[in-house]
Amino acid sequence: MAMTHPAPQAAGHDHQEAGDTTLFGFWIYLMSDCLLFGCLFATYAVLQGNTAGGPSAAELFELPFVLGETLLLLASSFTFGLGVLAMHRDDRRGLNRWLVITFLLGAAFIGMELYEFHHLIAAGAGPQRSAFLSAFFTLVGTHGLHVGLGLVWLLVLLIQVNTQGLTAMTRPRVLCLSLFWHFLDVVWICVFSIVYLLGVMS
Amino acid sequence: MWGKLSLEAIPYHEPIIMGAVGLMALAGLALVAYLTRARKWGWLWNEWLTSVDHKKIGLMYLLVALVMLLRGFADALMMRAQLALAAGEALGYLPPEHYDQIFTAHGVIMIFFVAMPLVIGLMNIVVPLQIGARDVAFPFLNSLSFWLFAVSALLVNVSLALGEFAATGWLAYAPLSGIEFSPGVGVDYWIWALQISGVGTLLTGVNFFVTILKMRAPGMTMMRMPVFTWTALCTNVLIIAAFPILTVTVALLSLDRYLGMHFFTNDGGGNAMMYVNLIWAWGHPEVYILILPMFGVFSEVIATFSRKRLFGYTTLVWATVVITLASFIVWLHHFFTMGAGANVNAFFGIATMLIAIPTGVKIFNWLFTMYRGRVRFTTPVLWTLGFMVTFTIGGMTGVMLALPGLNFVLHNSLFVIAHFHNVIIGGVVFGAMAGLAYWFPKATGFTLDETWGKRAFWCWLVGFYVAFVPLYVLSFHGAVRRMNHYANADWQPMMIIAALGSLIILAGIVCQVIQLVVSVRDREKNRDLSGDPWDGRTLEWATTSPPPFYNFAHTPVIAERDAFWDAKRRGESPLPEARDYQPIHMPRNTGAGVIISLFAFGLGFALVWHIWWLAGLSALGAFVAFLVRAFATDIDYYVGAEEVARIEAGRPAHPTASSSSLHEQPQEAF
Repeated sequence: MAMTHPAPQAAGHDHQEAGDTTLFGFWIYLMSDCLLFGCLFATYAVLQGNTAGGPSAAELFELPFVLGETLLLLASSFTFGLGVLAMHRDDRRGLNRWLVITFLLGAAFIGMELYEFHHLIAAGAGPQRSAFLSAFFTLVGTHGLHVGLGLVWLLVLLIQVNTQGLTAMTRPRVLCLSLFWHFLDVVWICVFSIVYLLGVMS
Repeated sequence: MWGKLSLEAIPYHEPIIMGAVGLMALAGLALVAYLTRARKWGWLWNEWLTSVDHKKIGLMYLLVALVMLLRGFADALMMRAQLALAAGEALGYLPPEHYDQIFTAHGVIMIFFVAMPLVIGLMNIVVPLQIGARDVAFPFLNSLSFWLFAVSALLVNVSLALGEFAATGWLAYAPLSGIEFSPGVGVDYWIWALQISGVGTLLTGVNFFVTILKMRAPGMTMMRMPVFTWTALCTNVLIIAAFPILTVTVALLSLDRYLGMHFFTNDGGGNAMMYVNLIWAWGHPEVYILILPMFGVFSEVIATFSRKRLFGYTTLVWATVVITLASFIVWLHHFFTMGAGANVNAFFGIATMLIAIPTGVKIFNWLFTMYRGRVRFTTPVLWTLGFMVTFTIGGMTGVMLALPGLNFVLHNSLFVIAHFHNVIIGGVVFGAMAGLAYWFPKATGFTLDETWGKRAFWCWLVGFYVAFVPLYVLSFHGAVRRMNHYANADWQPMMIIAALGSLIILAGIVCQVIQLVVSVRDREKNRDLSGDPWDGRTLEWATTSPPPFYNFAHTPVIAERDAFWDAKRRGESPLPEARDYQPIHMPRNTGAGVIISLFAFGLGFALVWHIWWLAGLSALGAFVAFLVRAFATDIDYYVGAEEVARIEAGRPAHPTASSSSLHEQPQEAF
């Protein structure tokens, strides 16, 4: 105890601890984000039937299309997981490869979602049409916005990992983004079940 | 080019507003002139604005809170003056549309820009010291939180000079706050001020939650944490759980206003009652976010100045936890009259009454702590005693409001106003004043003047009762809130008494300003050289006043609940011997928080006025600033062991023996 630490060793120790703290903090942030989505789901549940004479969920949603979106997002979660495994092996090329694939899958998901939104708006079922559609666009759009921000974050991290390497600073960030990405997957499963499946059945 | 903004947005024709704006502009100019003349800009930027030191950030929170208190209190004086005049034929001096903005601004400023920063400022100064940490878990985010809050306060003040503020009441109930009934920019100012500061508050919640759970000194188990830290922990849980609801609610209102959606509108299937539910699902936990840390302040103050262990630490902690959980199942009592039905009202009425039980437990904790203690009647103790009486009365009127049947009669009357000022002034404001007086020497290095502090306390206490008891009386005669004129001239005497009460409170605030000036003038005389001016019990008193930027040269090791008191009684210091210093890992200062927040201000301002290019530019600026920060690698450094030794050698000797002769009163008496 009385021995003085050489600074580099102390640094390594502190950074390890800082990384743990960052991950824990990010978990807590995700919990608050979870409540944010919880509110949007509650809002949607209240307003679901308020179509104001406009189209209803059963008339609008096409399950096969949404299933495609779902598969893309689920696959992207899997590929991100493989990327993190590569990072733990210190395999930066593997990490790069899987993150790029994740990005492409995520971008395809966003593309499909934008196509769906465009299609609905063009058909006169935009967010201004009824309270139901306001709630639908806001809930699904907020998820999409999160995925979009996740894509930007992914790009930034790809640059950072390849310029600064896998350091005590970049590693926890990759782990945080992977948590974020899996979290969005879980939220999407709720969106798929509550909005689309129940919507088509109603 | 400038959206809805034009020169007509400046309210030239309103002499009161222009006077206030002129005064604020003069004060700002004087400050700029002073800083320039004294060549203090560099110092201000390097030592304060870019600081990530929790103690400095805490002081900045408190400073902004006190400035905003003056603004919010000016609104209160204007309202009381209007109501003292506007009886029967007389119309007073404030037209309804201006009066509506004043009561809205008063509520918003007092809750979001006075009470919140007082709470968060005290947490910043005290929590890391109490748990023996060197800083918070995320120092940069702490700076960002503060600056997001500060620019939101600025945005509210800009609304005075450009455009208008919301005229909807502090919670902006829809559909009144919708674009159909509030087409002006007032509600938009409200929206963006709340959203920007809300992001900061959420980050603070996460930051302090992680700090308290992950950074406690070795040996400090949960049940050895000081009570203030416990209450801060519960408050942060509430922030993390409740603020997302506010974010969503305000965001949905903005979607209605900006994009023509139908969440809360009368047409298109919107549901305005959902707005009221959502805003109070945040709003009720919010009042506990404000009061819980104050319960912590009173606990620390009363134990220290009674020279006794806090009576029933465990019950007090559990009472706090129960209140934290129960605060989420009472929100409907804010609108029993909405028509949810007898069973729903009964549930929320009973839940509300039940929450009075843990609060009552605490009152007995404090009473029994004082019982047979050697109570010193210092300013913090006076505020605590004032709180115990005032808050209990407020709690009882609260239980009255919790009865749905009675609530139907009292709803929207002045009774509600009197009740919540009874608990917010008596609880949150008195608590903040007690905390300020108690920890001021720790943060600054010198104590506050006691004489002026006591004068301030008595003015506040007497003024409070003179100002608000008449409102209880008037409410039984049918007086409602948010009116700027009343036809029944019989109410006028009571209204005049209430206005006099607000003047007595003003005298209290003047005393506090004098207290600050006198204390700074006599600071050499009142310097706290021991680091422990009150004979304290918890770790923050174990270091010097003010503490070095790294707080503790050695991480303290804790074996008991009142760690410092325990060590003093044994004639030891909880800090290891003053040698064998090791390098200390510290975060570097950064301007990123200021810069990102300034862009956030630009974004908020642009969105209020529909200046889309500026909004885009500001958002881009904030993003780029954040990226620059994300790529920065030189964000921390080590204070070398020699440097630590040099700083420590320059500090006064440690006061371990000075108070070892003091003995605790026996607990076994109970």
